[in-house]
Amino acid sequence: MPTKLSRREFIRLCAGSAAAISMSPFLAPFMAEAAEAGAPPVIWIQGAGCTGCSISLLNTVHPSIQEVLLKVISLRYHPNVMAAAGDLAIREAMYKVAEENPGKFFLVVEGAVPTGADGLYCTVGEENGEPITFVKLLNDIGSKAKAILSFGTCAAYGGIPATPPNPTDCKPVSEVIKNVPIVNVPGCPPHPDWMVGTIAHIILYGDYPELDEFGRPKMFFSKIIHDNCQRRQYFDNAIFAKNFGDPGCMLELGCKGPIAHCDATTRLWNGGVNWCVKCGGVCIGCTEPQFPGWPIYERMPEMPVGPAMTATVDQLGMILGGAAVLGIGGHLAGNILTGRIGGKKDAKEGEE
Amino acid sequence: MAQKVVVDPVTRIEGHLKIEVEIDGGKVVDARTSGTMFRGMELIMQGRDPRDSSQIMQRICGVCPVSHGTAASLALDDAFGIEAPDNGRIIRNLILGSNYIQSHILHFFHLAALDYVKGPDVPPFVPRYQADYRLPDAVNKQAVDNYIKALDMRRKAQEMLAIWGGKMPHQQGIVVGGATEQPDTQKIVEFKWRLAELIDFIDNVYVPTVKAVAEAYSDWFDIGRGCMNLLAYGGMPLEQGKDHVKKEKFFPSGTYIRREYRPFDPSLVAEEVKYSWYKDDTGGKKPTEAVVTPDPKKEGAYSWLKAPRYNGIVMEVGPLARMWIKKVKEVTDLGEKAFSVMGRHFARAIECSLVAHAMDEWVLQLEPGKPVATPYEIPGEAYGMGLTEAPRGALGHWHHIKHQRTAVYNAVVPTTWNASPRDGLNQRGPMEQALIDTPVADPNNPVEPVRVVRSFDPCFGCAIHLMTPDKKTLAEFVID
Ligand code: SF4
Ligand code: SF4
Repeated sequence: MPTKLSRREFIRLCAGSAAAISMSPFLAPFMAEAAEAGAPPVIWIQGAGCTGCSISLLNTVHPSIQEVLLKVISLRYHPNVMAAAGDLAIREAMYKVAEENPGKFFLVVEGAVPTGADGLYCTVGEENGEPITFVKLLNDIGSKAKAILSFGTCAAYGGIPATPPNPTDCKPVSEVIKNVPIVNVPGCPPHPDWMVGTIAHIILYGDYPELDEFGRPKMFFSKIIHDNCQRRQYFDNAIFAKNFGDPGCMLELGCKGPIAHCDATTRLWNGGVNWCVKCGGVCIGCTEPQFPGWPIYERMPEMPVGPAMTATVDQLGMILGGAAVLGIGGHLAGNILTGRIGGKKDAKEGEE
Repeated sequence: MAQKVVVDPVTRIEGHLKIEVEIDGGKVVDARTSGTMFRGMELIMQGRDPRDSSQIMQRICGVCPVSHGTAASLALDDAFGIEAPDNGRIIRNLILGSNYIQSHILHFFHLAALDYVKGPDVPPFVPRYQADYRLPDAVNKQAVDNYIKALDMRRKAQEMLAIWGGKMPHQQGIVVGGATEQPDTQKIVEFKWRLAELIDFIDNVYVPTVKAVAEAYSDWFDIGRGCMNLLAYGGMPLEQGKDHVKKEKFFPSGTYIRREYRPFDPSLVAEEVKYSWYKDDTGGKKPTEAVVTPDPKKEGAYSWLKAPRYNGIVMEVGPLARMWIKKVKEVTDLGEKAFSVMGRHFARAIECSLVAHAMDEWVLQLEPGKPVATPYEIPGEAYGMGLTEAPRGALGHWHHIKHQRTAVYNAVVPTTWNASPRDGLNQRGPMEQALIDTPVADPNNPVEPVRVVRSFDPCFGCAIHLMTPDKKTLAEFVID
């Protein structure tokens, strides 16, 4: 679809600060343009998840959620929003829409796909008295979609429901559906801009934004939290918070910023109010394929690994490997060697 | 002849719910509620660093993660033998209270209202059940406008929360020992400014809209009565003190059983499994000793939810229980009509206003410069209990730590109380009881049963939480 905004400009806008993406004067006319061409049908289904991605989408500022719902897309099925229930919902709003629009509608998947026990860990309706499993639904509907948007870390990588020890054999969407293009928009949950921005790109340009090796749109996920963190100066000066509420870099309290890809540092959350580390919390690395495979409140190097935590040993390797690739490994290792982030309490105390 | 009606999925709730009702003579004569998804959240905690619970367990639910983050952190405080300083306690209350506002607004306008208000004739508002939408045109139009306005307001409530919690859904600001964000004048003012706008909306739009709907649907004060026994664990502490039950809280703990008020005793909570897919000998256990052995082929079972009972009694939890136990006049003045579909919506709206006004005072009690969290050490072995009130009702987390790792985790959540199946005495759960006698005008458009169910604001993400199903037998069972 021709638009006045070039693809590159759009991507720059999305990758920019919160102020840029939230500039509705820029985006709104193009959304209107997209809407004129006919808002594409969207079916949004939920598997093993917590509904957090849907709730996060409701927090979109520009365009507002009412614009998204009434102009940008034609939301035919969404378990939390739609008026219909039961059979009426499944038959009319889902299967019929998919059959009438093959290769034309977008499928949004929220939540992981339980595949154990023939999928019976999650059933979403009934057909002739038999339960419809989520994995069947995904196969039925997903195979007819133009593209699938895996929203949230559960749908994209398995996330919490796929974390061992786990009886449900939860899988990411990409391990179930192979023949349809998939865009992963991870995050636990994803920022609304990441979801709306991805939808907007696809509608405006008719293709998919450039993706990284984990299927994430680069326009949102190419930055490392640690690189632009407001507490970076503390890190560089080896000032580390020891208790919550202290000033300092949050590394010792468990921050995964050095390995996490997202732009929360500049975009900020919830209308630009705050973000994970700015509130004195830690980055928990929720956009990463390994999430939540690490101890959340334990410093990354030298993580003590318990008897039941064999999975974490691998994760530890991935963390360190990831950190080295990203070029902060040297810095981190340097700090450890010089005792600035050392494991010994007295060494740390001496530093300060 | 009785006719069976199945609604699967029940939409506009959180999670996966199916209801089955039998209709005879235009009324519901039997009812079953079952949740149809499970994730094994507590199993994921096993073997982890116990502190992870404040993040992992809040991801039970994206609508009320804060309540789970709070319960998890309270259980950690209890196990670690520490307590949040006043700043931390207040910030936790502000984060939880802000989410009450977003959750209650979301529930009424976006989840429940479409059962009473005719939305615009575009998806996702169509298709819809043909029903007795009886609001006068002008009121209906106003309600639709308010639906849109409420989208903005609930978003602002999340912004207000993010001031202390960093982000929503899934905040980072509540941790063991207290909170993470340092209060300062700027944040206090930002919070108050947003809160003022929300108070205006709650008092001048939300409460009046509920009243307008209640007036038009006044017969719904006589439908959906339920068990009439109420339970609140209590929440939002107003003072220091390690005893969850005894210390002063904004929502007092207590019970109302057979028309009598009595104090709450956590040791009387136990979970039954007679009609749940678990081995019978795991039934009747207290939350601290919950052992779960699934038995998917079990004769007669129909739900993955257990049936929590209080001293063997069926209890309803939620805003109605809290407002009744707090003896809030506007609600108790309704008399026994409060125990109804409209009574629940009304109690929720009144509660929303009370919480908002209370937060306006609490935020000024913050003392910039004073600590927000208490330092801790992870104990080798300990038990912790965390009791609070989620927007949907009484929420408790029980945490057993061994070798500084999580050994057993168990959550007894609001919807497990409200949507529980029958128990060993064949007593139906509160929601099932509320469905009985509900009139159904047209079994092909079963709007009445879903109105009853939605008045409880059910949330199944958290209701189905702990199990280790045996795959083979489960498959056989469902085909059964
Ligand atoms: S470790 Fe975390 S808190 Fe410290 S600078 Fe990096 S991202 Fe910021
Ligand atoms: S900063 Fe970290 S925890 Fe926050 S959204 Fe980004 S990856 Fe997730």
